[in-house]
Amino acid sequence: MRKIAIYGKGGIGKSTTTQNTVAGLAEMGRKVMVVGCDPKADSTRLLLGGLSQSTVLDTLRNEGEDVELEDIRRKGFSGAICVESGGPEPGVGCAGRGIITSVNLLEQLGAYADSESLDYVFYDVLGDVVCGGFAMPIREGKAQEIYIVVSGEMMAMYAANNICKGIVKFAEAGGVRLGGLICNSRNVDNEREMIETLAEKLGTQMIHFVPRENMVQRAEINRKTVIEFEPGHPQADEYRALARKIENNEMHVIPKPMTTDDLEQLLIDHGLAG
Amino acid sequence: MSSTCEERTELECEYVDPGEVKQELISRYPTKVARKRAKQIVVNEVGECGEVPEIGANTRTIPGIITQRGCTYAGCKGVILGPTRDIVNITHGPIGCGFYSWLTRRNQTKPEDARDENFMTYCFSTDMQDEDIVFGGEKKLKAAIQEAYDIFKPKAISIFATCPVGLIGDDIHAVAREMKEKLGINIFGFSCEGYRGVSQSAGHHIANNGIFTHVVGGKDEGKEGKFKINLLGEYNIGGDAFEIDRVLEDCGITLVSTFSGNSTYDQFASAHMADLNTVMCHRSINYVADMMENKYGIPWIKVNFIGAEATAKSLRKIAAYFEDEELTARVEEVIARELPAVEKVRDEVRSRCEGKLAMLFVGGSRAHSYQELFREIGMKTIAAGYEFAHRDDYEGRNVLPSIKVDADSRSIEDLEIHPDPQRYRLRKPTEALEELRSKGLPLKEYEGMMAEMAEKTLVVDDISQYETEKLIEIYKPNIFCAGIKEKYVVQKQGVPMKQLHNYDYGGPYAGFKGAINFYEEIDRMVNSKVWSYLKAPWQKCPELSARYACD
Repeated sequence: MRKIAIYGKGGIGKSTTTQNTVAGLAEMGRKVMVVGCDPKADSTRLLLGGLSQSTVLDTLRNEGEDVELEDIRRKGFSGAICVESGGPEPGVGCAGRGIITSVNLLEQLGAYADSESLDYVFYDVLGDVVCGGFAMPIREGKAQEIYIVVSGEMMAMYAANNICKGIVKFAEAGGVRLGGLICNSRNVDNEREMIETLAEKLGTQMIHFVPRENMVQRAEINRKTVIEFEPGHPQADEYRALARKIENNEMHVIPKPMTTDDLEQLLIDHGLAG
Repeated sequence: MSSTCEERTELECEYVDPGEVKQELISRYPTKVARKRAKQIVVNEVGECGEVPEIGANTRTIPGIITQRGCTYAGCKGVILGPTRDIVNITHGPIGCGFYSWLTRRNQTKPEDARDENFMTYCFSTDMQDEDIVFGGEKKLKAAIQEAYDIFKPKAISIFATCPVGLIGDDIHAVAREMKEKLGINIFGFSCEGYRGVSQSAGHHIANNGIFTHVVGGKDEGKEGKFKINLLGEYNIGGDAFEIDRVLEDCGITLVSTFSGNSTYDQFASAHMADLNTVMCHRSINYVADMMENKYGIPWIKVNFIGAEATAKSLRKIAAYFEDEELTARVEEVIARELPAVEKVRDEVRSRCEGKLAMLFVGGSRAHSYQELFREIGMKTIAAGYEFAHRDDYEGRNVLPSIKVDADSRSIEDLEIHPDPQRYRLRKPTEALEELRSKGLPLKEYEGMMAEMAEKTLVVDDISQYETEKLIEIYKPNIFCAGIKEKYVVQKQGVPMKQLHNYDYGGPYAGFKGAINFYEEIDRMVNSKVWSYLKAPWQKCPELSARYACD
């Protein structure tokens, strides 16, 4: 079983990319579980065809200690198993602690057990790693492999670099590695070259360049991944390609985060300042 | 086996160079730590005008050092508000905080009659669970307040924030306001998360601010009497307040309120009706004294009811303030009546304790006030220090302007208090107060611990476990006073250890009868043979020689 966490700046398209990639893997016959680690609980909407799922934390709250695995798992597109960690409404409580609690509960309930014969677990984690709770999926050997979703926009690259700093910390203690950057294109000038250079500087690879395509939006409004909504569309093939690349990826590194000055220089070199 | 090699006498200790001891204490530390500790370990010198060296205090404990200190929540809930019997004190947090701050100081209370409320036998906590941390605990807190109200119908409910509450951002003050409106009783919160400030001292300040803002001044009628005082910084450990109350009552002095031993909500609410504030523990309560002076015009004096002589002196100070012949006469009468019994025990105990050595490392005032009691039975305090006091408690309030207000202190709000437009009333004209001062009644003054300690004694702030063991090893004191965390470590070194936070199982030690109790307790402890049996004979003298009985 490969355990993969997807990080990236808020709004960059982590959930969309994750679900489309998972759809690709599922279509290939892989058994995949997606664990949404966002209090908004919207990381599995496209796989499930809507937000119908009861979250781990809500279930724990309503059912007390008497929670069964089946209460919190739903089967989505092509048999992908969907779990939402859930969490408090904005402004109260501690979402980070929520993730810790729910990931622990999943382990105790045997969601990762050999008997489940999973090929992949994907953790879709919200925005930046703001506190210890959001680092939970990469701590204590939970996820071994991280992909960062990024675009050519400065703040997205800045966030990617910061996430790498977090990975270094946990790589030394827990063995987590960076698998690569996924460029979710925003049609920024020189975007591909820039992300390739960024990847190189970080000591990793740009594993795939996902072009910008309105079909993604259309599928999303219909609560579906592109692969399910328009299986023959070229964009569906992009996600299939990404899924294959992840499946075959053997480049797992401890990243070398850049200084802010170096990062800014990279942007200047690629003409962003002009 | 003689005990002379085990214990040092006062005479022998004169040959111990305290400067060298200090060097030895800090020599094991890394440079930076040693530099910081060097400021907090001072060899006492008292100048002609009582000036003393500067000491580092109220700064962060260095991680890794085993400190005596407690947390901000402990200072606020455990120390200041804990001893009040008719406020429902709800700890908002996991259960341990509430449970371990519940009566562990042995603060006693005595309701006036059977109908009076006493909630001290209960421990109230929201018992936060993982789920409350994740989703927020405000709803549970509201439910707890409602439940407490439904069962007990108290006059007031207070809420204490523990560490996780501050981390997840539960707004206890908004909850307090909402429930106050709903239930129509006084409900108020304290943001006393354990990690705020460098020690429990921050919690005292937060408690002072809260009780002054939300309670004091709420009730314009209090106890009536000719000589009305408040006793601030007295927590009724082991029944101290009962003895002080007895003495004050015999003198004809009316105690409007005590902060907070054996106290009630109404006492706090009417505290502004008193004409004089007397301050026992300066560290934990001086804020309320200052604020009451600014808002209501009540002057304050420092008193100490620990020690028979100190008690007599404090009573005379109160009488001097009121400038009433009848009161003065009655105070003298009480002192004359009480002292003979004290002196009888004192003299007898003194014959067995004279010249013995004590070390006191406790609190923010007790390390000072208990030196009086030891002095009365001829014992010398060879080293002392506070856990959480500030420089003014060591060096006297005259250093207040020169105390650097660092970021840690700034994180605790300093309330700006203005005179109350209706109720501000100078108890005595300024000139009269000046005259009292010139006659030798120190108003709003505290000269601190060091001025009253002997030359060449050691003063150590926030002493560490290592330093404690080292000092005991060097000086071999006859008794060591601190708290429960130190108790058994000290006793394992063969030195009796008296807890001054909670008095072990004893008390009262305040006032006249308390002094007798203390003399007897110390006599029992320092003259017990048990400490000489701590080592087995073969540990002291490994080679045994013997002869056959029949040869």
